[in-house]
Amino acid sequence: MKIQANLAIGGGLTALALFVGVFGPWLAHTDPIMDANLMNAELSPSAEFWFGTDQQGRDIWSRVMYGAQISLTVGIGSQLINTAIGTTLGVTAGYWGGWWDDFVNGLTNLMLAIPSLIFALAIMAILGPGLTSLMIALGLTNWSYTCRISRAQALAVRTQGYVQAARVLGYGDVRIMFTQILPNTLGPIIVIATLGMGGTILAEAALSFLGLGVRPPAPSWGSMLSDARETITTAPWLSLFPGLAIFITVLGLNLLGDGLRDVLDPQSRSRR
Amino acid sequence: MADTDLLAIEDLAVHFPVGGGMFSQPQMLRAVDGVSLRIRPGESLGLVGESGCGKSTLALSILGLVDPTRGRVVVDGTAVGTDTDRLAVARTVQMVFQDPYASLNPRQTVRRTLAAPLRLHGITNSGEVADRVAEMLRQVGLRPDQADLYPHEFSGGQRQRIGIARALILKPKLVICDEPVSALDVSIRAQIINLLLELQAEMGLSYLMISHDLGVVEHMSDKVAVMYLGRIVETGGWREIFERPRHPYTRALIAAIPDPLTRALGREKAHGEVPSPLNPPPGCTFNPRCPHAIDKCRASPPVLSPIEEGHLVSCWRAEELSTVRA
Amino acid sequence: MSGDMNLLEVEDLRIELTADNGRYPAVEGVSFTIARGETVGLVGESGCGKSITALSVMGLLRHPLALAGGKIRLTGQEIQDLPPAEMRALRGKRIAMIFQEPMTALNPLKTVGRQIAEMYVLHQGANWNDADARAVEALKQVKVPAPERRARAYPHELSGGMRQRVMIAIALACEPDLLIADEPTTALDVTVQSEIVDLMKELCSAKGTAILMISHDLGLVTDICKRVCVMYAGRIVEQQDSEMIFNRPQHPYTQGLVASLPRLGMRARHGRQRLTEISGVVPGITAYPDGCRFHPRCGRKTEICEKVAPELTPLADGALVRCYHYG
Repeated sequence: MKIQANLAIGGGLTALALFVGVFGPWLAHTDPIMDANLMNAELSPSAEFWFGTDQQGRDIWSRVMYGAQISLTVGIGSQLINTAIGTTLGVTAGYWGGWWDDFVNGLTNLMLAIPSLIFALAIMAILGPGLTSLMIALGLTNWSYTCRISRAQALAVRTQGYVQAARVLGYGDVRIMFTQILPNTLGPIIVIATLGMGGTILAEAALSFLGLGVRPPAPSWGSMLSDARETITTAPWLSLFPGLAIFITVLGLNLLGDGLRDVLDPQSRSRR
Repeated sequence: MADTDLLAIEDLAVHFPVGGGMFSQPQMLRAVDGVSLRIRPGESLGLVGESGCGKSTLALSILGLVDPTRGRVVVDGTAVGTDTDRLAVARTVQMVFQDPYASLNPRQTVRRTLAAPLRLHGITNSGEVADRVAEMLRQVGLRPDQADLYPHEFSGGQRQRIGIARALILKPKLVICDEPVSALDVSIRAQIINLLLELQAEMGLSYLMISHDLGVVEHMSDKVAVMYLGRIVETGGWREIFERPRHPYTRALIAAIPDPLTRALGREKAHGEVPSPLNPPPGCTFNPRCPHAIDKCRASPPVLSPIEEGHLVSCWRAEELSTVRA
Repeated sequence: MSGDMNLLEVEDLRIELTADNGRYPAVEGVSFTIARGETVGLVGESGCGKSITALSVMGLLRHPLALAGGKIRLTGQEIQDLPPAEMRALRGKRIAMIFQEPMTALNPLKTVGRQIAEMYVLHQGANWNDADARAVEALKQVKVPAPERRARAYPHELSGGMRQRVMIAIALACEPDLLIADEPTTALDVTVQSEIVDLMKELCSAKGTAILMISHDLGLVTDICKRVCVMYAGRIVEQQDSEMIFNRPQHPYTQGLVASLPRLGMRARHGRQRLTEISGVVPGITAYPDGCRFHPRCGRKTEICEKVAPELTPLADGALVRCYHYG
């Protein structure tokens, strides 16, 4: 019962976010960049401007619709990179142990010690600005939690009898990691990946704000949110609607992640 | 080595470095320290010992998962180690694990658990794979239509049947059974013991039966070896070991069984606990716990030597003690 | 057993398990008595209700398990409804318990000497100096070598056998009337197990402590206890003197258990024979069958076994059996 609800609501919200991401430009009323009109600055939500307007009189509804594309691309893209790096390092470190484990642990601690935004800044400086480099920069700097968690899981699963049995049956290390370890560590990894997405959407804003991400007039949820900081008391809708968009996306992905984890676990699948 | 031996272990020693950091020397753990054993085709060897005696390390070396520090393990004519072809070893030696809950991957159906090893070993025809899985399930007393269920849908006894099926699907010659019934409910154990004996007769298997339950070992074994701190202290046929035990440790194991039936066999107990294998006592390693220890036992280690036909004991006082009723 | 007041009387105990969609009887109609200094065993497989019966005597049942009926009397006083504070005062002082895994029952952050001393401070109002000295004495009693040194050790510095000795020292510190031992030696090596059992027997008989021993090992229980109750699926199916249970089991389940065990010495006497199997599996609490709960696995079942649960039938020598076709 509960599983179905998670999956349905999470799936629904995620589908909504993706729909907006793909079809946003058609849903927008106006051009999000060009239609600045200082006459309409900071209007509160109305029949004409559903979500109100910003300091430069641009329609927030349209900007949220357009912004979905950038935010979702960066969020999903960089989380995919993060999860791939973190899981690979974590699972191999937990499974093999020894000097490789020490090395990965050291690397993880280093990543945790350096503020990831500064690290991302450095990478952006090398790669140059742009959407792709933004995705790579955020993807290379936020894998330490995934790595920690998957290492701990792999350590626990490694000692299980079925891993030993696979070894006795002649499975190689890589095959054991893919068929025995990874499926049994996936649950928490999915949760971390979806939880982390909110963070990367906001980090994109910070980097864009510094001029390294998407060029300022192009809208993204994160940059809209950071632009709206000064007016949060006078014109709350400026921050409310992009914030809501991030909230709904992250909530949807979290519920979907939870639901997927349960569906992937045969034990909870047949439990009633 | 006789040509007929399926397993021949000759003076095997496996030592591991333990601990040791940047500034300290690692200590040597002598997990297995000079063990010789052999098993013929179709024969069962019972291996008895308490925690830390080295039986698990011994099992790992037979599976080619650790390398000997000294001596060698020959399985079916091939010396095994970590550089031996893993697939070849896997087709000869398999293992049944103690805990039927931890030893099955919770995310794989029974079919996948049994079919994946077949595919790995080159049987790719899906009809043949399905047939062999179904046949194997029947042999261990499960229905072929249960193949698409997950482990948690089975009881402990059924899971152990699946574990046995997995060990036998590659048709090995030697099966290491590591405490195969001790994690099961008492009323289920007989089913699994009977099944293992039936399969042995059907498939001509050899067993290395690792157990601390002497009743199970007596019931299932042709020969018995008693292991203590990395060494074999007594070995012989099951009758010799259980009717005329000579080593004080074997006698202590028998005396420790809380069964009215064995109370008649005497109450010659060991005291204290198994010392750390990192720091074994000098002389006979059993001397601090032995009720019969003399100065000689503390000074030099005894050698495993024959006391009657096919019965070897490693004890300085074995001759004298044989007159004392165990 | 004399007509004197019993130390412990458990009468018609019922423990219910609250699961997703209902309440199920995990233990039902369990009654037994323990006289002062007597040793009684509860034997059964995992899930038969033996451990939760013991926990209910300690007042330690927690959700989803709850007492749903019956009486527990300690020297005549009903204790099943005592307020938590009074129950706490009883625990340790009059009823003590030791568990299977001493590592989890001991506090890893305190020395074992302190943990024993706490019992004297808590239950007897001793001051810490005296209590520490008595703790060393208690360690000596459970035959821990070098007790002064070991008193200052932390649990992880001791071996499994030593830890269980410490548990026994804690349990017996206040000389309780009843010691409940739940699989106290299952996690230990066989030779160590037998030493711990001997120690328990020796100390309890010296102090006149009664023992309620919980185990899946019929041999172990008969070794320690004078009387044995065999439990199956939440009910006591047979109660016998220890000497008789191996030689003259009455209930088909007990008979099956005894016959299915490969016991050392059997092969030499009778040759290798196929072990008698008990077919089927132990039912789960939420799926207990109607009538006699053993009937789906029983070779003697008749129509009535499937419908009406048998009552306990008294036999000679105070033995009891819950079966229509016993013997």
